[in-house]
Amino acid sequence: MSSHQKLHTISVLVENKPGVLTRVAGLFSARGFNIDSLAVGTTESPDLSRMTIVVNVETKPLEQVTKQLNKLINVIKILEHEPGSAVERELMLVKVRSDGDARPRIMEIANVFRVNVLDVTHGTLTLEATGKPEKLEALLELLEDFGIVELSRTGRIALSRGDRGIKERVLRPAKTAGAG
Amino acid sequence: MTPERLTGAQTLLRALEHEGVDVIFGIPGGASMPIYDPLVDGSSIRHILCRHEQGAGHAAEGYAWATGKPGVCMATSGPGGTNLVTPLADAKMDSVPIVAITGQVPTPVVGNDAFQEADITGITMPITKHNFLVKDPDDIVETVREAFHIATTGRPGPVLVDLPKDVLINETSWHWPERVKMPGYKPTTKGNERQIVEAVKMMLAAERPVLYAGGGVIKADASKELYDLATTGQLPVVTTLMARGAFPDSHDLCFGMPGMHGNYTAVTAMQKADLLVALGARFDDRVTGKLAAFAPHAKIVHVDIDPAEIGKNRAADVPIVGDCRDVIGRMAAEIARRQDDQGAPNRDPWLGQLREWRQRHPYRYDQQPDGPLKPQYAVERLRAIADDDTILVAGVGQHQMYASQHWRFERPRHWINSGGLGTMGFAVPAALGAKVGQPSKRVVAIDGDGCFQMTAQELATSTTEDIPFVTAILNNGYLGMVRQWQELFFDQRYSGVYLNPDVPDYVKLAEAYGAVGLRVDSADEVDAAIEKAYSITDRSVVIDFRVDPSEGVFPMVPAGASNDDIILGPEAVQPTTDPAEAPIA
Repeated sequence: MSSHQKLHTISVLVENKPGVLTRVAGLFSARGFNIDSLAVGTTESPDLSRMTIVVNVETKPLEQVTKQLNKLINVIKILEHEPGSAVERELMLVKVRSDGDARPRIMEIANVFRVNVLDVTHGTLTLEATGKPEKLEALLELLEDFGIVELSRTGRIALSRGDRGIKERVLRPAKTAGAG
Repeated sequence: MTPERLTGAQTLLRALEHEGVDVIFGIPGGASMPIYDPLVDGSSIRHILCRHEQGAGHAAEGYAWATGKPGVCMATSGPGGTNLVTPLADAKMDSVPIVAITGQVPTPVVGNDAFQEADITGITMPITKHNFLVKDPDDIVETVREAFHIATTGRPGPVLVDLPKDVLINETSWHWPERVKMPGYKPTTKGNERQIVEAVKMMLAAERPVLYAGGGVIKADASKELYDLATTGQLPVVTTLMARGAFPDSHDLCFGMPGMHGNYTAVTAMQKADLLVALGARFDDRVTGKLAAFAPHAKIVHVDIDPAEIGKNRAADVPIVGDCRDVIGRMAAEIARRQDDQGAPNRDPWLGQLREWRQRHPYRYDQQPDGPLKPQYAVERLRAIADDDTILVAGVGQHQMYASQHWRFERPRHWINSGGLGTMGFAVPAALGAKVGQPSKRVVAIDGDGCFQMTAQELATSTTEDIPFVTAILNNGYLGMVRQWQELFFDQRYSGVYLNPDVPDYVKLAEAYGAVGLRVDSADEVDAAIEKAYSITDRSVVIDFRVDPSEGVFPMVPAGASNDDIILGPEAVQPTTDPAEAPIA
């Protein structure tokens, strides 16, 4: 999908303090950066939170995004995930119309995609899907034929491959030598 | 020994004293009253009661500009805090180190729409470098330390500390931490050595180099280093609006201010340069004009303490993140070393060209002996009669540009204005703050009649607190810069710009505030009025210069146009009749 080239995943390690999410989200809107998704939660350290942000870089270069984020006092570390260098997952709940003969066909798709069925009614099926963003997109495309009643996605989360954690990594060597 | 128990308010004041604060500009209110009570018992901090929180904020900025130390302002919750929004935004844009202390409603009612409640940390998030809401008196000391550290290091800026009333009233144990822990804040101050060497090689190889000095040179107190670099390398210097005085105007290598209302030589030097060395400058649109057409032949060396400025508007060939003083000082040493080894390049052709342009295209205006008083003439005389140690402050608009163009700046921290945000009403309170910071120096505010009316009430502060300065109003009865744009780009359809030069009566207004008021109607009265104003040192003086409303600021590069299309004077203007072609912003 061509849209993937304009989307970049970054992990942002922040101090777990009130208002930090507002600062990050506010920075994106104030600077005219577009967020495709943002997921935030606790980490292995109780005083740190981790945000996974998928940034749309069509309007502004990613370098400006990371540099401005780095200026926030509560931001500890930023890691830009190069394509293929990270494991990325997203959780999605989707309620699909399943009237008439649709239900077995949806169940078949669910099986192929290894999707859990969480709730069944006379007219709908609610599915839980986890996977790479491309997998969820493919699943959604198939389900759209039946009619999607509602959809909720967590946004992407990511960890880099290999044995090192974000705290031991440096931000991709910026073109700005001397920064760091 | 048991630690001393203090209220939050006492703790705050003692922490401010430990940070070296000697003055606070502020206005009290319900939520901040606990801070005012211990002031009665004596403190080394002087509280200056302003007449509007905006004035307190700009005064803190003026103090910071003039001294290099952080300015402190204080306001109560709700409207007190929201009145600080403009000065905080101003300080953010111009990287001015100020710390704002605000009272807040008590923690149990925060979020309940209590009387005089406003979410001031939420409101000021995008216009401060950082802000804090303190929820426990035990956290006050660390927060104050962090606030001053953040405000004054790296790229300086405003920091707000919001203190709920119960946090100020409740007790805590006094302690003073040697250092604070901020894992996410470590500004890079030392420039990369290899990049510095590379930059110097490019300076030596360039045929048409220009040092493009910005406000960062003044913030870093790097004027001496800039002087060494320029004179050693025989490199011409342009000083932006934020950097006037960073390099002496009287020096042969100084070519003055570039940008929208810069002089021909400074603008054209950058357009023709093959190397621009940006020093604490940020390629602002007021300097570059149409970005795609700016300095098309130039390679870029960009020195800035803020990595986000590098490459933001113009890609840098040699980026250097670091403090200007460190980097420029090492550049000067490196260029001296290399010139000793290999000889200095011949700068005569380039400097000769620049000098010829300077000779041919000075700022010009025409003061006829019997004609209307020209604002530029008033500025020139204000400067001629003052000494080099006079601090000049300006508001925003035509008068600001006349001041920057026609004053001769010889020293850093002697020019104070609102550059990035363009805040009308900046001058009077900023002059007040500058005078507090530099009481032995003469402070002159050049203001417009529109600007003056936005913050003139701080003259009451000036009189009551005995902080005298001179305000020279260039009174043309208009919001002059808007009028000029309507003249040039809106077919002379003047709309919403006429103020009336006679209302208020500025002389009577000055007298009502306890200041001396003088009026000047013609050129032959100018010197006597200035001499009288400068001779009065025990109170403030307001001079009402009645200037020609038809005068415009030139040269001018219309917004969005290329710097190659600089308009030298009103005779060269080709009025735009198609509104679609009128420049925006």
